Amino acid sequence: MADNIHVNKSSANVSNETNDAKTAGKQSVAFKNPPYIIAAASIAGKKEGEGPLGNLFDKIVEDPMFGKDNWEAAESELMKMTAQHVLTKAGLENSDIRYLIGGDLLGQLIATSFGIAELEIPVFGVFGACSTMGEAMILGATLVEGGYASKVMAITSSHFAGAEKQFRFPLDYGNQRPYSASWTVTGSGAVIISDRQGQKKKDDEPDIVITGFTTGKIVDYGIKDSMNMGAAMAPAAFETIKQNFEDFVITPDYYDRIITGDLGYVGKNILLEFLKEKNYDITKQHMDCGIEIFNQEDQDTHAGGSGCGCSAITFASYVLKQLKERKWKRVLFVPTGALLSQVSYNEGKTIPCIAHAVMVEAR
Amino acid sequence: MEKQKTKISEIMQEKDKTVRDKKYNKYVKQVTPTFSTLKNCVAAYIVGGIICVIGQGLTNFFLSRTGDIELAKSYTTLCLVFMSVFLTGIGIYQKIAKFGGAGTLVPITGFANSVAAPAVEYKKEGQVFGIGCKVFTIAGPVILYGIFSSWVLGLIYYILKQIGIV
Repeated sequence: MADNIHVNKSSANVSNETNDAKTAGKQSVAFKNPPYIIAAASIAGKKEGEGPLGNLFDKIVEDPMFGKDNWEAAESELMKMTAQHVLTKAGLENSDIRYLIGGDLLGQLIATSFGIAELEIPVFGVFGACSTMGEAMILGATLVEGGYASKVMAITSSHFAGAEKQFRFPLDYGNQRPYSASWTVTGSGAVIISDRQGQKKKDDEPDIVITGFTTGKIVDYGIKDSMNMGAAMAPAAFETIKQNFEDFVITPDYYDRIITGDLGYVGKNILLEFLKEKNYDITKQHMDCGIEIFNQEDQDTHAGGSGCGCSAITFASYVLKQLKERKWKRVLFVPTGALLSQVSYNEGKTIPCIAHAVMVEAR
Repeated sequence: MEKQKTKISEIMQEKDKTVRDKKYNKYVKQVTPTFSTLKNCVAAYIVGGIICVIGQGLTNFFLSRTGDIELAKSYTTLCLVFMSVFLTGIGIYQKIAKFGGAGTLVPITGFANSVAAPAVEYKKEGQVFGIGCKVFTIAGPVILYGIFSSWVLGLIYYILKQIGIV
C-alpha cells in the first residue's frame, strides 16, 4: 500500500513542508489518494502484431498508411483511433475527459495536434521523446489527484516510417543498420486516469492505481551515436531508478517488475551494471519494453523496439494485464527518451536523455 | 588486442564530466556488438561483383550492337540507373543493400538509389518543397564535393600544363 511507504522526508529541500507533503525525497511524489487507471487501449502496426505481444493488443492495423496519404497523416489517424478506442472501452464520451495529455515524436507534435483535433478535448501537448508516456501519465495523475480533473487521458504514438523519415533516412534508401540501432514501433497507447474506480469485468479484479512517481533529470553521458540510443539512455534510466529507491527508501524487491521503455539489449546491460555498482541488483525484476515487443531473431529488429509507442502499447496491453491478473502487484514503469533532434545531431551535439518513473500498483 | 577495459566504477567515480563522458563512450564501445568486417566484405564483394558483371555484360552487348565503346558505356549507365531506381521504387533495392552494404553503395546504382529514395519519400510534400528541395539530401554532398574536387584537380592540371610539367 502506498500509505505504508516510508518516504524520505529528510532530503526534501523545501523548508515549509509539513508531514502531509506529497513530495518524497528529492525528485518524487507519493500520492495521498492514488488515482485509478480505469481503461487502456493499444493499437499496433503489422510488425508489432507479429511480435511476441501481438495477441495482447486491442487492434492490429495491417495498412502502414492507415488509409491516409502520408506517414504524418497515418500516425495522426492511429492516435485518433486509439483515443476513440480507449473512450469506448471505458464507456465514456469525449466530454467526460477533462484534459488530454499527449505527445509524439514528429516535429511540433504533428500526430497529436492533427490526430486529436476533432475530439475537442482540452489538450496539453508534451514532448519527452520516447519517455512521453511516462510524462503524460505523471502529469495526468497529478492533475487528477490534485482535484483539477476527474478524468484525464494520457496518450502517445509513434510510427516507424514517420520516425525514420524525420530522424534517419528515407525508407527506400539502401543502408545497413548497426546492431545497436533500434526499430521504431508503429503503435499508439492510451490510458484514462480517474479519481474514481472504473467498472470491472470481474468482481475480484484489482484496482490499478498510480501511487507515485519520480521525475527524471536530463542526463547526458556524451554519447553522440543516434544509432545507439540504448547506450545514451541507460544512464538516464539509472539515475531515475536509483533516485526512486532513495526517495522512497526502498530496495528493488519492493517491485515485482521494473520496466524500462526502450533501452534494448545494449542499454539494458549497461543499466544493470550501473545499478549493481550502487548495490542495487535489479536483474530479477527488470524488463524492457523494447526487448519484449519484438522477436529479435525472427523480426530482424537489432537492439529492440523504440519510440513513444513502444512503452505505451506494452504498458497498455501486457503490463496492465499482468497487474489485473494479480501476477504482479507493484511495478515501476520507466519510459526512457533520447531528446535529440536532427539539427542537434548535425551540429555534432551529444544526446541528452531522460527517464520518468511511474509507480503503478494493483490493489 | 584491447588495451584496458573501462570499468563502470571508474565512470561513476569520475568527477570531471568530460573525462567521464570519454570513459563512458569507451565503455559503450566495448559492450556494443558490431558487424563482422570479414562477412561484410565478402557480401559486398559478391553483390558489388554481380552488379559489375551485369554492367560489363550490358557494355559488351551494346558494343556489339553499336561498335562504339563510348556509346555503349553511356547506355550501360542508363540501364543500371534505371534498374536501381526501379528496384528502389518497388522496395527491393534496400533489401539487397542490407545484405550487400558497400557493394550496392559504391556502383552507380547506389547513387541512383540515394536520389530515388528521397524522391519517393518527399513526393507527399509537393513538387517544389518536397521533391525539389529534398531530392539531393543524401546525394547532395557527393554532387557538390565531386564537382568541387574535379574543379580543383582541373586547376592543378591547368597550372602544371602551363609550366610544362605535364
